[in-house]
Amino acid sequence: MMNAQAVAGGAGVDAEPRVVLSARGLRRDFAGFVAVKNVDLDVHHAKIHALIGPNGAGKTTVFNLLTKFLAPSAGRIELLGRDITHTPPAKVARLGLVRSFQISAIFPHLTVLDNVRVALQRPGGLGYQFWRSLGALDLLTPRAEALLETVGLQNERHRLAADLSYGRKRVLEIATTLALDPKVLLLDEPMAGMGHEDVGIVAEIIRDVARDRAVLMVEHNLKVVADLCDWITVLQRGEIIAAGDYATVSQDEQVKVAYMGTAYD
Amino acid sequence: MAALTTSGIRNRTRARTEWMLVGVAVAALLAAPFFLYPVFLMKMLCFALFACAFNLLLGFTGLLSFGHAAFFGGAAYFTAHAVKEWGWTPEAGILLGVAGAALLGLVMGFFAIRRQGIYFSMITLALAQMFYFFCLQAPFTKGEDGIQGVPRGHLFGFIDLGLSLNMYYFVLGCFLLGAFAIWRIVNSPFGMILKSIRENENRATSLGYSVARYKLAAFVMSAALAGLAGAMKALVFQFATLTDVTWQMSGEVILMTLLGGIGTMLGPIIGAGLVVALQNYLATSEFPVTIITGAIFMICVLLFRRGIVGEIQARLARGGSGEEV
Repeated sequence: MMNAQAVAGGAGVDAEPRVVLSARGLRRDFAGFVAVKNVDLDVHHAKIHALIGPNGAGKTTVFNLLTKFLAPSAGRIELLGRDITHTPPAKVARLGLVRSFQISAIFPHLTVLDNVRVALQRPGGLGYQFWRSLGALDLLTPRAEALLETVGLQNERHRLAADLSYGRKRVLEIATTLALDPKVLLLDEPMAGMGHEDVGIVAEIIRDVARDRAVLMVEHNLKVVADLCDWITVLQRGEIIAAGDYATVSQDEQVKVAYMGTAYD
Repeated sequence: MAALTTSGIRNRTRARTEWMLVGVAVAALLAAPFFLYPVFLMKMLCFALFACAFNLLLGFTGLLSFGHAAFFGGAAYFTAHAVKEWGWTPEAGILLGVAGAALLGLVMGFFAIRRQGIYFSMITLALAQMFYFFCLQAPFTKGEDGIQGVPRGHLFGFIDLGLSLNMYYFVLGCFLLGAFAIWRIVNSPFGMILKSIRENENRATSLGYSVARYKLAAFVMSAALAGLAGAMKALVFQFATLTDVTWQMSGEVILMTLLGGIGTMLGPIIGAGLVVALQNYLATSEFPVTIITGAIFMICVLLFRRGIVGEIQARLARGGSGEEV
């Protein structure tokens, strides 16, 4: 149905575009209602891939399926050549597929610095050490501070995450996600509800991190999608209706109808 | 940079004040049996540790167990039986109680952590009720009578715990050890992950943490420490009865923790102290205890949901840093 590989690889530096995450025939039923069906998806290394569609199209469900927060009713998912269709979500994250959430997912009553350090804590078994003092985490501080600096949060590192503005919380969430050094990054509406200046900052961050990893993002802001994304998959009522670069997709008749037909602006 | 140093200094001053308070409290506890009835004090310490262990789960992991009486009362039975029937020394009996409670926690936790929120609480309640029924029927618990006349024995073979001062300092030592263990767990790399699970479970999962294993570990630790409290209580009162495994006991520890302040180190200790003191005081008066404690519970929930210690901390934080909420 779609030939992602041929097109998406065209402009890249990589002569051989690598598929790092792929889904085939993905389907999910909710008690008699099919939320997602026949979704095939290929996400490439060093590319930004957008998943768009009207409200209720099943974008977040696809994210939940890919990261295994939901079990697919049918289909197959591969991450870096490894079948993860039946892998638990925490394991998927450890394998390098890390997601953000639509509702900003931070740890509100931890400081900004601790939010990032929690993400850095798992390698080396630091997560289970209940007999050591918190000083054991000091060795993670330089790396955490460096991450905060790349997203411009270094001056707020000792504030509680709950006290940050909405946009800054989303930025913190991205910094936390990057702390895991994921191979594939899934961002669920990273710019939703952000002010203008924050949208610019986050777009820059995403462009930057996509240099050496794959990004799949759900986004409503079509201008952002046009500027940022190499490949676009359009979802409607749980099915893919179009895929291609922005020029192709925006001319697609079905896409036009899908967007005009809803109250979307 | 300036912000970092001021907050650093503020933290250090606060830490010093906190350690001074702890020092004063320990000194007061050391002197207390010369002014107050030691059995009353020991009862307070047992319940204080029980509430602290419970709070490790509710306050720092975000799990509301409605079955903690099983660990508290179960350990009391195990210890009482080992000491009375098998002639074990008190320290060995207590260790058995703790190990038994931990094992019970492992089994109950294994099932309960599969569900979240109210379902988690209901499973713990159901399993604790099953354990209650087991205690009612099993021959070694002596049914309605309970295990009575448990000898306190000699600690390490030579310290006579029959003397109430010796017993008091032994209980105080165990209490301090248990409270220190909880403080250490909460302020450890592991505790950090527990807090992050409490704050946002899905996010912790998406960062690669196998949330279920962390919850189970916390559940077992909490059960073991609740067991330590129950084991000590069996030796203090020299009996183990069904009262300690009933669901009312699980409710009481929730009340103590809520009253003192969920998620604070000192809250459960203050809450337990207040409830035990109140029960002691009201036991000889005309007032029905349950109505009074029920009223206190409602006042607490309606007027100061953070609990006594939580409320004080929030006020101090508000006063200390101007514009912060």
